[in-house]
Order: sequence, then C-alpha cells, then structure tokens
Amino acid sequence: MNITVCVKRVPDTATRIRVAPDGRDIERDGVKYVLSPYDEFAVEAALQLVEAAGQGEVTLLSYGPEATQESLRSGLALGAHRAVLLTGTPDMDGWATARVLASELADDDAGLVLFGVKAVDDDQQQVGPMVAELLDRPCATSVAAMDVAGDVVTCRRAVEGGQEVVEMDLPAVATITKGRYEPRYASLRGIMMAKRKPLVVKPAPEVAPGVAVESLAYPPERPDGRIVGEGTDAVPELVRLLREEAKVL
Amino acid sequence: MADVLAVAEVREGVVQGVSREVVTVARGLADALGGRVDAAAASGRGAGETAAALGEQGADRVLVIDGAEQVDARAVAVAEVVRGGDYGAVVFAATGPGRDLAPRVAARLGVALLTDVVAAEIDAGRVVVTRPVFAGKALARVRALGAPALLSIRPNVFPVSDAPRTAQVEHMAPSGKGSAGGYRVVGFEASAGAALDVSEAAIIVSGGRGLKGPENWHLLADLRDALGETAALGASRAVVDAGWRPHAEQVGQTGKTVTPKLYFAVAISGAIQHLAGMRTSGVIVAVNRDAEAPIFGVADYGIVGDAFEIVPELAAAIRRLREQQG
Repeated sequence: MNITVCVKRVPDTATRIRVAPDGRDIERDGVKYVLSPYDEFAVEAALQLVEAAGQGEVTLLSYGPEATQESLRSGLALGAHRAVLLTGTPDMDGWATARVLASELADDDAGLVLFGVKAVDDDQQQVGPMVAELLDRPCATSVAAMDVAGDVVTCRRAVEGGQEVVEMDLPAVATITKGRYEPRYASLRGIMMAKRKPLVVKPAPEVAPGVAVESLAYPPERPDGRIVGEGTDAVPELVRLLREEAKVL
Repeated sequence: MADVLAVAEVREGVVQGVSREVVTVARGLADALGGRVDAAAASGRGAGETAAALGEQGADRVLVIDGAEQVDARAVAVAEVVRGGDYGAVVFAATGPGRDLAPRVAARLGVALLTDVVAAEIDAGRVVVTRPVFAGKALARVRALGAPALLSIRPNVFPVSDAPRTAQVEHMAPSGKGSAGGYRVVGFEASAGAALDVSEAAIIVSGGRGLKGPENWHLLADLRDALGETAALGASRAVVDAGWRPHAEQVGQTGKTVTPKLYFAVAISGAIQHLAGMRTSGVIVAVNRDAEAPIFGVADYGIVGDAFEIVPELAAAIRRLREQQG
C-alpha cells in the first residue's frame, strides 16, 4: 500500500513572531522554518506502516512557497520516496488549501492519506477532514496509533478521557497526533540519497479564496503582575487575593 | 441569510454546557443580521429535556437529530439542516468533537471554516472574526467570503448570556451515513483520571520539569481536587517529552491552547511556546524557585519558592476556604 503524507512548512515554535509593517502578515525575514511538528509524526507513521508491510512507497505532498523544497528534502532524507510541491501561498485559508491538495490527490493511488492533526502556524485543524470529504473517503482525526490489516485500518484516536478505537475501510484519511510515532533522525546516508529522489515542483491550481485576512495584531499585553511573597508564608495572602481581588475562588 | 444555526454538543444524550456559549454567540450574530436562532442537537440518542433549555440563551427552535451516533452521520445531518434553512452563519464549539465535526460540514457545504474564534461580529452583512494564530502569539482578523459563514468558538471565552424564550423542539432523522459508510467506532478505552479535558477546564493546574519526576504529580492532583470538579491537570512540553505525563495534558504551541479562568503554573519556567498556549487565561498564578523565570512576566500573582512546600499549603488553604464557603 502506498501512503501520501500532506505536510506544511511553518515557523519553528521557538520563533518570536513579529507582525509585518503592513499588518497583513508576519515578518518573514529571519524566521527559521521547519516541518510542522505534527506532520513529522505523520511522516513517521507512514514510514513505519510501509516498513511493517514490507512494501509500498511514501509520497510527501505540500502546498506552499518554493522554499518548501528544503522541508520536503528533509522528509525525503527520513525515508520518504518522492515529493510533490504545489507552489502558491496558502494565506490561512484552510478551505482553499483543502481544494488544492484534493485536486492533486484525486488521481493518487494511496491507500492512506495522512496529515498532522494541525499545522502549528494557523492552527486551523481542518484541512485533513475537508480533503477526506472532497475525496469521499472516511477520515479519523487525532490518531495516536494505527494498524493496517487487509483493507481495514484500525485507528486509536486521542479523545477526551481516553482513546476511541475506530475502524476505516481503505482508502482512508487520518490526521496524526503525538502518540506511537516518535520522529526518527535522518541518517547521513538518508541525506545523501534524498538529493537524488524525485521532487516534482509545479504551480498549484487556482481556487477561489474562502476567507480574507484583514489584519494581524499582537495579543493585548497582560497587566503587570506582582510577586506576592516568598515560600509558604505567602500562601494565605495569595488565597486572599484570588478570592477578594481576582474573585476566582 | 439572516438566520443563524447553533450546533450544540451532545454527549450521552445530554446537551453539554459549552452549547450555551455557542447559542449565546449565535444569538448575537442573529440579532445583528435580524434573523432567528435555530439550534441543532445531533446525537445517537436524542437530547431529552436538555434540548429545550437552549431557549434560555436565545434559541428560537431546537432540531433534535436522533440516530446520528458517529461523526460522519452528524456531518451529513447538520449539512442537511443548513441546506434546508436560510442561514447566514453556523456556529460550532471548538471542542474535540466540534473540531472533528465542523470541517466535514464545511466541505460538504463547499464553504470555509473559521476555527477557534475568540470574537465574532457582523460587518457590512458579513461575519468577521478574531482568531489566535501561532498559538496566540498573534491575533488575526478574518472575513468569511462565502455563505453561510462557518465558525467554531473557543470554549470559556464568550460569557454565557440569557435571552430567554420558549424554544420549539422538533425531531428529525439523518438520511445518510456519509464517507461512503466506511467509518466504524468499535471501542473506547478510558485513561485514568482524565475526566475533564484541559482545553475545556475552567481551572488548570499545570506542572513543569521543576517537579523533578512523575512520582511527584500527586501534589498537583491534590491541588486540582481541592479546586473542585471544574479543574484539570496540565503539563509543559518538557514534562510530556520526558514521558512523565500524557500529551493530552500538554499546554502550548505543540499541545493545547487554553483559556481557563484560573491557571496555576507550578515549577514551569515559561518557554515561549508554553506562554503562547496559556497567556490568554483569566488569572495566572506562578510558583517557581527562580524569581527571574519568564513565567513571572505573564503571571498576575507569583510566589517565589519551593513548589514541594508551597503546593500542599495552597491545597490546604483552598480546602479551608471551600469549607467556610460551604
């Protein structure tokens, strides 16, 4: 079974985000980019599934700027077999992104299409299930572990209070969260081989936008706090403040 | 296009509290558009008497959809309700089940979805929302271009307000399963102690690496218990990466973004990605040995000192207060 993993290039989570002067986007200069952390779990899941099956190939698919090639090469170095980049600007528009990806996936023979549960830049948590609906395939979200047997994939979903077990008929779609799949590190051999693996770059199809970002701003500053005191002696005063001043107890 | 649909959350046949926030937001948008509010309560086994209670926050009509146990059937049913009405907006809760459901409905309707919304208004007849991006390091103001506008609201952000009326309750059955039927929920395994999800808790007690090991978490669990049943445990990324606590409890950019009324950061230094996930909390209390720790920069109240001594004292003091309050 072949598996396609949809990935996104995002600013590193340790990056300080600065709003650009035009107030429409963030300052892109000097930002370090990485594969979205949840997408790394999805890549690892795909690699483990094809390794366990002893056959099948992993394709990486991304929609983003030209520079995404660098992130895709890093995924190829981990063991993915090929990559496709649809060049364009996703613009915080999950519905547009879903249609772009679905147009490429319509002719795909992958038994599973995987996503990270969310991209850690715009945090929309929506593209995976939207693509599944567009392809008319079942979709399990927030999956911590998967097992494939025959034409069925069994998914363990991380939900409130525990894990829900869901079976899906293949082909299917899943969004992956932290769980069984600890991302591996690229080996030197993997990095060398990645340079020769196929990476197709082509313009994304035009789709009508679903949303328009009007402005970006910083969240309001929190009012200055105070140190109530040191050690256990400060506890009664803290409780008094929480009750009488903050009125939360 | 003046009506608004509020998609209630139903578990075990009971409408969940967050649905009151959803109806409150829907009421506000409907008043601006000059329309009425319908609420849809989709589940496998109805919603009983809890459905009509949505009238308290301003639902004019409640559609109870029976026999939609799984998310795929719920998506089909809610999309059907939307197509059958005249809705300018559809409001979901950005909870676990809401995040699972809303994108499916959006794709079936062929419209965009604005998730995790913290403010919503009508501007020139269109829905415009504010939503956090980069886990709250910035706020984006975003306009929905298609119709209806679909949005999911972050729990605990919108205060519930009353606009009471007698909601008319109607029942309907879903017409299809969706996703070609190839989706089957076959089991559930409860995890120990995590009854309340950290993203929906009104009070969060979070611990960091300063607690030295998972064996010391009983201190935080005791403080949580002292705070009552609306409190949940949280954790920093370092603690989750070390395997001390499950990822479900992680607060921050690679975990959950939370907005409780009260947040305790215990022995958490305050890495940028953790601060991003909790800085919109109502009141933040920090306990840390290091007076220079970044967490004190966002805290409303701080105590400098040893968490192993302070946390049991704090739990005891809160228990005494609770007893006095009866």
